[in-house]
Amino acid sequence: MPDISKALYNMRLLDDLAQKDSSVHRINSLVKLLTTVIYLTVVLSFGRYEIIRLMPFVFYPVLVFAFSELPAAPVIKRILLVEPLVIGVGILNPLLDNQRILLGNVAVSRGWITFISLFIKSSLAVTAGILLIATTGMGKLASALRLLKIPKVFVLQLLLTYRYIYLLTEEAARMMRAYSLRAPGQKGVRLKHLGSFLGQMILRTFDRAQRLYDSMVLRGFNGDYNTGIKEKLKLKDFAYLVGWILFFTIARIFDIPNLLGVLLTGVIV
Amino acid sequence: MNAVNTDCTERNGLIESNKILYTEVDIMHMADALISPIVGGTMMAASAGIATYSIKKVQSDMDDKKIPFMGVMGAFVFAAQMINFQIPGTGASGHIGGGLLLAVLLGPYAGFLTMCSILLIQALFFADGGLLALGCNMFNLGFYTCFLAYPLIYKRITRGKVNGVRIFVASLLSSIVGLQLGAFSVVVETLLSGKTELPFGTFVLLMQPIHLAIGVMEGIISAAVIGFVWKARPEIMERTANSGAIGSISMKNVLAVFLVAVVLTGGVLSWFASSNPDGLEWSMEKTAGTSELEADGWIYNVMSRLQNKMAFLPDYSFKTAADDEVHTSESVEKWPAVSSGTSVSGIVGGVMTLAMAMSVGAAIRLAKRKKRKVTA
Amino acid sequence: MSHHKLEVRNLQFVYPDGQEAIKNISFTIHHGESVGVIGANGAGKSTLMMLIMGVLFPTSGEVLVEDVPLTKKTLPMIRQRLGMVFQNPDDQLFMTSVYDDVAFGPRNYMMDEREVENRVKEALEAVGIAHLKDRAPYKLSGGEKRSAAIAAVLSMQPDILIMDEPTSGLDPRARRRVIDFLKNFKHTKIITGHDLDMVFETCKRVIVIHQGKVAADGEGTEILRNSKLLENCGLEMPLSFRNCPVCGRL
Repeated sequence: MPDISKALYNMRLLDDLAQKDSSVHRINSLVKLLTTVIYLTVVLSFGRYEIIRLMPFVFYPVLVFAFSELPAAPVIKRILLVEPLVIGVGILNPLLDNQRILLGNVAVSRGWITFISLFIKSSLAVTAGILLIATTGMGKLASALRLLKIPKVFVLQLLLTYRYIYLLTEEAARMMRAYSLRAPGQKGVRLKHLGSFLGQMILRTFDRAQRLYDSMVLRGFNGDYNTGIKEKLKLKDFAYLVGWILFFTIARIFDIPNLLGVLLTGVIV
Repeated sequence: MNAVNTDCTERNGLIESNKILYTEVDIMHMADALISPIVGGTMMAASAGIATYSIKKVQSDMDDKKIPFMGVMGAFVFAAQMINFQIPGTGASGHIGGGLLLAVLLGPYAGFLTMCSILLIQALFFADGGLLALGCNMFNLGFYTCFLAYPLIYKRITRGKVNGVRIFVASLLSSIVGLQLGAFSVVVETLLSGKTELPFGTFVLLMQPIHLAIGVMEGIISAAVIGFVWKARPEIMERTANSGAIGSISMKNVLAVFLVAVVLTGGVLSWFASSNPDGLEWSMEKTAGTSELEADGWIYNVMSRLQNKMAFLPDYSFKTAADDEVHTSESVEKWPAVSSGTSVSGIVGGVMTLAMAMSVGAAIRLAKRKKRKVTA
Repeated sequence: MSHHKLEVRNLQFVYPDGQEAIKNISFTIHHGESVGVIGANGAGKSTLMMLIMGVLFPTSGEVLVEDVPLTKKTLPMIRQRLGMVFQNPDDQLFMTSVYDDVAFGPRNYMMDEREVENRVKEALEAVGIAHLKDRAPYKLSGGEKRSAAIAAVLSMQPDILIMDEPTSGLDPRARRRVIDFLKNFKHTKIITGHDLDMVFETCKRVIVIHQGKVAADGEGTEILRNSKLLENCGLEMPLSFRNCPVCGRL
């Protein structure tokens, strides 16, 4: 269960970070959501051999990171946690695509190019996602979804699932501790116990979730999640959105690094 | 998602890759980087369509107790997906998808929605499958289990009489079929996106057997959990069994919605992204009445350049192991980066851009920290 | 000022598995009364509270709040008058900060944010945790959580406050704080629990529940001295009524 408590800790951390105040935190949530999605789309639209042209896109996560005053270490740690996943998938590329490509004077397997490209794209995507949640938080994100006219049922379902995850993982950790204290030397739950273990977990958490839901309803909850903050669309939100979209479009169409390099080296390609 | 040493030798390529891919990576949760925007967008539309339909069906059936139960099941499957179990005999580990469990305990519509919310949370918080791959994941993990395996296999076997044996057989079969279909989808979606070099045959050989084993495990575990809940609180399952009969009629609706969504979005997106200027000319004819614009020549140039630049269509290269060089599409994405990527200016520019980004970021952080110190 | 009257008439409740939790309960609680509902575990106290709050609906009989019967339709209106603090504060606190949890109720009623702020401030000060308003609930100690849960209900300014085992699991100081708060709370209150000393200090009237029925209903000082009655119902006399364990004197 170390995985679960680690995951829970991560979620809590991101939740806490979302409560901070910074210029980025204050940007309208819907704007941040849209910007992130557009960013992802554009970054992932690059072909599999592109590396250099991805560089300008580093500006987005770096700037957001800088302006949001998020602590560097925990966020970077979160990002690094996902890398093995990507490495695992991409590491085969150098093996499978053996065509040699000349890079300047060095012959390199083309598979390495695709691998690096994949790695960069994935890192950018992951970072963007984490930055979104670390500067917005689940509550405001849910409001943003409602603004997109996503039905109350689904958003409520999302919020509750999110809240209950804490409950349930606590319950799971508790049960796991009790189990392992009576099953020394065993790593994990034995298969024949898994059914009732999981079943108990569900039922217990169900009772608890029912009580939690009751307490919400008893305090007037009727499906609409009111965070008390009426997010208005201000000029700076609009500027944020338009500014980034413009940047993404330009960086997608024009090969900025190359132009820059041309300027610097005075070599005409 | 534990890091495993990525040591691999070329010698036993297939077996080694098997181990790495499997023990490290949960392919059923596709990562963003594997998906091209078109595939991602299409699947997103498909999943969104199904989700909307499900929401409508769920709203009419909603009672106060169902909401927290959906939330709990969502949290449960979320947590369960983090529990890895050893698959006996293979030295590998896996975890359950949970789709079947959700379908049985909540009904297919609520189950699908719950799966969607789980995946959304995972995408936001764990980058487990990113936001763009969300549509694919919802479909792979949710559709096949809730709308195919559940009604066509599980319900049919447990119709009339529910007992331990039937639950077991039904769960086993449904899980296996659901996962096989899901795994195959992953293969298709990845290849259509053209983001890895894995040839079709190899990929299939990797995915299917592994997910067969997982399917068996998931079937057994699901059966155990379902059996437990059924014995302890049968009223939960009776409610889902009686509500919203999944007759062939509603199935057809779901499939119809899905097909329409796929065709529409896939077609529209592909058309827009097509670097084939015919598309542009056709629209020119329709709007301006001529296929040639003289006064607006400048716009046309910009537009066609735009189209060329935004060639989203990836390589549709179904590689075979023997042949590396087969490019069957007419996409613009060849190895154009060769020119800028290997040229000095390109590399210099790239490094400069990166350096600029980093230094700007660092400068801002420093400035902010100084400001804090002053105002503190 | 209307009289906040709560009446329970011939209440009966049977669980889906056939267990009859409440057999036939009737009583009336008047404005400003403080009533302790005591009984052994499983006697039906919590179920009774659930029925009063409208979380469960009786198999027969009815609950009337200010002479208005509790039905699905009148539920929202009646719930504005009643506030219930659950036994386990973790069941009640789920936001990311104490402030948000306490603000949850008023916000659901679409109040102006300034009004919300006032109410939250008042509620937090009433229980003495104003300094914790930005803390995350899961980081609080047991006593602080309990206070936060109470504040979360107080911010709705209910006419009748219902508390399920308010002192369970608290250390002596936290317990004392809760007791002091209850003594100062002048509105109608219903308190269930095993902490008979607390009940004695805070409630004038006591209702004893035994096996789903009312075993006694009267003055707290009288009932809590009736050791035979208490023992028949699975309870004991409060500790403060007994002999000193060290010197043997009362």
